[in-house]
Amino acid sequence: MNQSFRSLIRRPANAHALSRPQYRYYAITRPRFQHFQNQPSSTSSSKDERTTHFGFETVAESLKESRVGAVFSSVASSYDTMNDLMSLGIHRLWKDHFVRSLNPGSNSTTSATAKAQPGWKILDIAGGTGDIAFRLLDHASTIHSDHSTHVTVADINPEMLAEGRKRALQTPYHNSDQLSFVETNAEDLTMIPSNSIDLYTVAFGIRNFTHKDAALREASRVLKPGGVFACLEFSKVQNPVFNEVYKRWSFSAIPLIGQLVAGDRDSYQYLVESIEKFPNQTEFRDMIKEAGFMVPGKGWEDLTDGIAAIHKGVKPLP
Amino acid sequence: MLKRSLAQRSWSTARFGSLLAAPPEIRLFSVLNRPPPNYEGHVPLTTIERGALAVGSALGSLLNPRRHDLIAALGEATATPYFIYRLRNAMLASPTGRRILRDRPRITSQTLSMPYLRTLPPNTVGRTYAAWLDREGVSPDTRDQVRYIDNEECAYVMQRYRECHDFSHALTGLPVFIEGEIALKGFEYANTLLPMTGLSLTAVLRLKKAERERFFSTYLPWALANGFKAKEVINVYWEEQLETDVDDLRAELGVEKPPDLRDTRKMLREKRKAEKAAKEAKDRIGGLKDA
Repeated sequence: MNQSFRSLIRRPANAHALSRPQYRYYAITRPRFQHFQNQPSSTSSSKDERTTHFGFETVAESLKESRVGAVFSSVASSYDTMNDLMSLGIHRLWKDHFVRSLNPGSNSTTSATAKAQPGWKILDIAGGTGDIAFRLLDHASTIHSDHSTHVTVADINPEMLAEGRKRALQTPYHNSDQLSFVETNAEDLTMIPSNSIDLYTVAFGIRNFTHKDAALREASRVLKPGGVFACLEFSKVQNPVFNEVYKRWSFSAIPLIGQLVAGDRDSYQYLVESIEKFPNQTEFRDMIKEAGFMVPGKGWEDLTDGIAAIHKGVKPLP
Repeated sequence: MLKRSLAQRSWSTARFGSLLAAPPEIRLFSVLNRPPPNYEGHVPLTTIERGALAVGSALGSLLNPRRHDLIAALGEATATPYFIYRLRNAMLASPTGRRILRDRPRITSQTLSMPYLRTLPPNTVGRTYAAWLDREGVSPDTRDQVRYIDNEECAYVMQRYRECHDFSHALTGLPVFIEGEIALKGFEYANTLLPMTGLSLTAVLRLKKAERERFFSTYLPWALANGFKAKEVINVYWEEQLETDVDDLRAELGVEKPPDLRDTRKMLREKRKAEKAAKEAKDRIGGLKDA
């Protein structure tokens, strides 16, 4: 975790515990049972099992998936309200810009290539509630009059998918063959054939994956040559003053709003910790390059000074 | 008093050192650098966060009284600086209270066996408690963990208060719907002085007119009178009192049982139904007469 200036002049945490002055109580109550004692959390099962981070906590790799699953099962029903409160509605602007910059959809009357293969095949990973999927389809139908683009919404969490299916009923796509839902782990997309996807999107999902590199390799496999990988994810704020404000909002207000609105402080504490743990813009761009993608320009676009960033990669032609 | 003056002193190095070593109650810390937790689940909050939690949970629980976690958070956010310490000291001043603080018993469905309670003779505390739980359809497992009180002992006091709330229901016989809960909160306010219990009384705004009249004429005076004059209910070692006669316990604590709210409401409902039926019958006969 970034050490702020104030932490340098503070004593470290363990010294604090040792030198805490003894207060004089009427009686020192030593509990017979171990309630309200500081228990060290033991999370890894065996010494040689690999560990990863779950927010600031270290957990066994095999457990991370279920811990993340529990978080998203808990937040699924209040997901949209909480997103609006946490980002003050700005997440809508990010998602709109993300979709517009991808410009999905092609019109078969104006494009020769589209005549041969009408509509895009889009895979929206970790797209449970359908935010990006519906925007993609709306963009294709309204801007390009393209009613053959197909979006597959994939998510590992069944509760998020259920929310997505519920919300799909309000759109014109729920009865059509333009939208489908599949429950899968992004690190293992065996049901998607290789070289079959035109556009692979993942919005605010890759941060939670246990193995981001495996997900990137699967993305590279399922995309057609020339296909686009696009990732919208939280990243590092560039301006240091704004960063201090943003960090305080993240670690103080967001868990509090989580407690008040969703009744779940811990899930939102995990969320802000996972944002802190995610690699910065250059590191993530390098991971994308390592998975075999060609990266245009500097590789990313900052949104709101880096609170979120859009990373793009193109699968090279053979 | 000591706490406020420490924070207001000048920022010389000597003071700074003592400030950094102090526990979360008086240490100034940044949300990015919270002190280590004092117990499992503890979240040290800054004053601003505690204020925001108090305001937010007050509004949230008023708008949606089913959010028991917000009522719990309101209790924890408003219990410091003075009130939970007063309650803890009241426990320390009584021998039973001291034993409770030493043993730290917890009330869950594991520690309190419901089948055993149901076998106790009628009119014992345990049987009344089990009967009340069955009548209201609740279980002892629904209490949230205390998280926002910094002092570990006071966190236990708060947890104990929360877990004994159902025993207070059994002691007073008040039912679980909003009218009974508000009356019990009035009693608890007069007895424990916790601000959350007093603030919960604003929920009278959600009562119907007849319920409000009943509350102000009967239950609020009962609650305040009995709560103040009774002994501290937090000092009752409930696990040891399961086989005592409940009327004896009420006499010992100085608590009168209020008029049974469920019976009163049932009686009024039946009276209203009878009146309505009589009126309909009269209209029908009246109609036939004219025809």
